[in-house]
Amino acid sequence: MTPKKKAPARKKSKSPMPVKSKVEKHGVPVKMVTVFIMGKSHRVPAEATIMGAIEYAGYQIKRGAGCREGFCGACATVYRLPGDYKIYTGLACTTLVEEGMWLSQLPVIPSQKPVYDIEKLEPDVTAFQVLYPEIFRCVACNTCTKACPQSLEVMDYIQAAIRGDIEKVMDLSFDCLSCGLCAIRCPAEIVHYNVGILGRRLYGRYLSPKSPELEKRLREIKEKKFDKDYKKLMAMNRDELKKLYYARDTE
Amino acid sequence: MYPAYMKGSLDLVEQTRPKRLEIQKSGKPVYPPMTAEERENVLQRFHPDYKKEARRVIHIGPNKGESITTEVADMLEAHSRIEPELFDLTQPDYETDILIIGAGGAGCAAAIIAMQKGAKSIISTKLRLGDANSMMSQGGMQAAVTPQDPPSRHYLDVIGGGHFDNKPDLVRALTEDGPDVVKWLEDLGVVWDKNPDHTMYVLHGGGTSRKRMHSCRDYTGAIILRTLMDEVRNHSDKITILEFMPTVDLILDHKGRCAGGVLYNLETEEYFTVKAKATIITTGGYGRLHIRGFDTTNHYGATGDGLIMAYRAGAKLLYMDSVQYHPTGASFPEQIAGFLITEKIRGAGGQPVNKHGELFVFPREPRDVESAAFIRECLERHNGTQTPSGRWGIWLDSPLIEIIQGAGYLAKNFPAMVRQFIRYQIDITKEPMLVYPSLHYQNGGIEINAKSETNIPGLYVAGEASGGVHGRNRLMGNSVLDYNVFGRRAGKHAAEYSKHVTLGKLSLEHITAYENELKKARIKTDRIAPVLLPSYTPEDVRKRQLTAHYEGTLR
Repeated sequence: MTPKKKAPARKKSKSPMPVKSKVEKHGVPVKMVTVFIMGKSHRVPAEATIMGAIEYAGYQIKRGAGCREGFCGACATVYRLPGDYKIYTGLACTTLVEEGMWLSQLPVIPSQKPVYDIEKLEPDVTAFQVLYPEIFRCVACNTCTKACPQSLEVMDYIQAAIRGDIEKVMDLSFDCLSCGLCAIRCPAEIVHYNVGILGRRLYGRYLSPKSPELEKRLREIKEKKFDKDYKKLMAMNRDELKKLYYARDTE
Repeated sequence: MYPAYMKGSLDLVEQTRPKRLEIQKSGKPVYPPMTAEERENVLQRFHPDYKKEARRVIHIGPNKGESITTEVADMLEAHSRIEPELFDLTQPDYETDILIIGAGGAGCAAAIIAMQKGAKSIISTKLRLGDANSMMSQGGMQAAVTPQDPPSRHYLDVIGGGHFDNKPDLVRALTEDGPDVVKWLEDLGVVWDKNPDHTMYVLHGGGTSRKRMHSCRDYTGAIILRTLMDEVRNHSDKITILEFMPTVDLILDHKGRCAGGVLYNLETEEYFTVKAKATIITTGGYGRLHIRGFDTTNHYGATGDGLIMAYRAGAKLLYMDSVQYHPTGASFPEQIAGFLITEKIRGAGGQPVNKHGELFVFPREPRDVESAAFIRECLERHNGTQTPSGRWGIWLDSPLIEIIQGAGYLAKNFPAMVRQFIRYQIDITKEPMLVYPSLHYQNGGIEINAKSETNIPGLYVAGEASGGVHGRNRLMGNSVLDYNVFGRRAGKHAAEYSKHVTLGKLSLEHITAYENELKKARIKTDRIAPVLLPSYTPEDVRKRQLTAHYEGTLR
C-alpha cells in the first residue's frame, strides 16, 4: 500500500444528496463518511472498502470488480483526499474509504502485449530488448513503485530487466496482480506488469532448475508402471476401498 | 486490530502454543483423525448440506425427481434470457471451430491445446480474460511426483476424500495426468516452488496421505493463470477473446448436437450468435449464489451459468446435492468476511484452536469434515469466538508456523495472507486469524467422461462446472489440477471432433421446449437464469429505482 500522509481537511465536505435515514447494523449506529464517486457525493459506511461503498451507493459494477479479494487486479482505483495535492492509487476491494475521498475506478488500462514464441526467446536481456524496448527509457523516477497497491519494488524489477537479471525480475514481480496502476502512472510509458510476466515465464521455462524426480515420474507413467495398481483400485467395491483408505499410512 | 474483549482468548492461544508445538514436533497427528463413523456423525449433524431445507426436488429436466441444492433447483427452474424466435440462425454473427465459454484456467488450457491441434476458437467471457476462481487459488496443486507417492496413492486419497462417490475413470485421468501437468506448466513458464536440491517443494493438504501440494508461494492460481492467459494472447490469430460477452444459452443443431451459443454483450446489451462445431463449457462454479446465505470465497462472476445452459440443452448433472464450504474463510475483520485463508496454512503447521486455545480436530481432515467440526465447536460446544457483528470464529494459529518453519517463513511463503491482514493492523506472524467456513466450491456439475464429453454430442465441460471427478467432496489442490487436466483433455478432444463433424440446421427449439416443461410442471416464477452477476444494491436504493426494469439481478 502507498504510505499515506494525513492531510489537514480543507473544510468539511457537505453532501448535496439526500441523507439516508440513520443506518444501523445489529442495533448499533454505523459511522458514515462522505465520498465522491466519479465526482458525485454519497454517504457510505466509514468502514467500507471502496468497492463496498460503490455498491452501497447503488451502482451495479460490471467493469471494476473481479475476485474481490486482491488477486485479479480488476478494480484499479485512483483517488485524492481533501486538502492534499497528491494522487493516490489502490484496489477498490481492499482499500477503505476515507472522509472526503474523491475516487474513480479505471475500467481498463490500455496496454501493448507483443506476441512471442517462448520457445524462440533467449533467457537474457535480448528478450526485453526485442519485445519491450521502451523499458530502456525508464528514468528511474520510482512512480511505478509508489503506485503499486501490492507494495512491490516495481522500478527495481524494470531496472533488473534492463540488466537482463531475469531471476530478479521474477522474484520482485512475483506477487504482481496486473492491475496496471504502474503503467498508467509511468512517464516512460512502460507496461511494467507485462514485462514482469515475461520475466517470470523466462525464469520458469529456462532458469528454474529441473526436478530429477519429476522427469523420473514422467518416464514411469509413460512406461505404464502404475497400470496394475490403477486396475486393482478401479475394480474394488466401496467397502474394499473404504478399508484400504482408512488403513493407509500418512507421510 | 482485534477488539479488546478478545484479548483473554488470544492470551490462551499464546499460552497453549508451546505445548501444541511439542505435540507437532513429536511427528504424531496433533489430534486424532476421525474414524469413518465419526466423520459421518459430524457431517450429518453440522454440515450445511444436511439441513432439511438445503435440498429440494427438481421438477423438470434431465435430473427431474432428484433432490438437489435448493438454490440450484431455483436457478434451473427459471426462464431463459432470450426469446428463440428473435434469432435468425441461418446468419450467425461468428463462426469458429470451438466456442469456449468461460476464460478461467480450464478455458485457457483448452484454447491452447485446441490451437496446437489446429482448431480455431472463440473464448466468450462474462468479465475479462482470466476473471475466474482459478486466479484466486492460493495454496497449490496436487500431483504425485515424489518417489514415495505413486499416482495410485493420489487416486486413493481423492476417492476417500470424495466419500467413494467419484467416477473412477475421471480420478485416474486426474491423478495420472498430474505429473505431466506440472511439467507442461513449467515449460510454459510457471515458476514452481523448489527445494535447494531442485526437487519440487511439496506440502500436505487436507485429506492427503503424502506431501504432494505444489505451489507458487501463495499466488499459485495467479501465477498459473497469468501464464496461460499470456500464452492465449500470444495466439490472437487462432484464439479470439470476447470479453464482457457471456454466453447465455447454447445452440443445438437439428440432430441435437451442440453447435455454439447465444452471447450477450453486457455493455451494449446486444445479443450475438456463434456457430461452432464444438463447444466447451468452462464457466466454473456458483459461489455467488450465496447458498444457505453463506459468504463466499468466490469470484464476482461465479453464478453457475454453464450448469443452466447445459441443463436446458439436455445435459445431465451429477452430485448437485453437494456444496463445499471451505473450513477457513476469514471471519474478522468484517471487510474481508468470507475471504479465503488458504489450506496451505494448515499444511505448513497452522493449527485450528477454540477460544480456550485448545485443539479440537485434526487440522487436515477433508474439507467437509473439517468445516462441520468447526461449526460444531462454535454452535454446539460454544467454544468459538464471536466478532462484534455476531459472526463465529475459530482461531487459526499462524504464529506457530513461524516457530516451526523459522522466522520470515510466512512473509516468504504467504505474502498474500500477510498483506490481507496487515491492512487491518493484524500481523499474522504474531497473532492468529479468526476463521469460519465459507462457501467455496461446487462439488458436482455437468457429468463428463474422461474425454470431457457430456451426453450431448459436441458439448464438452472442464473444471468446476463439471461433475464426477471429486465425488461429493473435493480435496485441496485438486481443482487447480482438475482445470488443467480436463481443460487440456477438452481442448484435445473437441479439436479432434471439430475436424470431422458437419453441422445441420441450427436450432433453439430446446429453449422453447424447456419453457413448455416449466409450464407443464406449473412452475410460475419470474426468475431468469443465468443471473450473470449478483446484485449487492441495498434495499432502500432499489425502492427508489422507480423506472428500473430488472431482468433477474441485472437492470
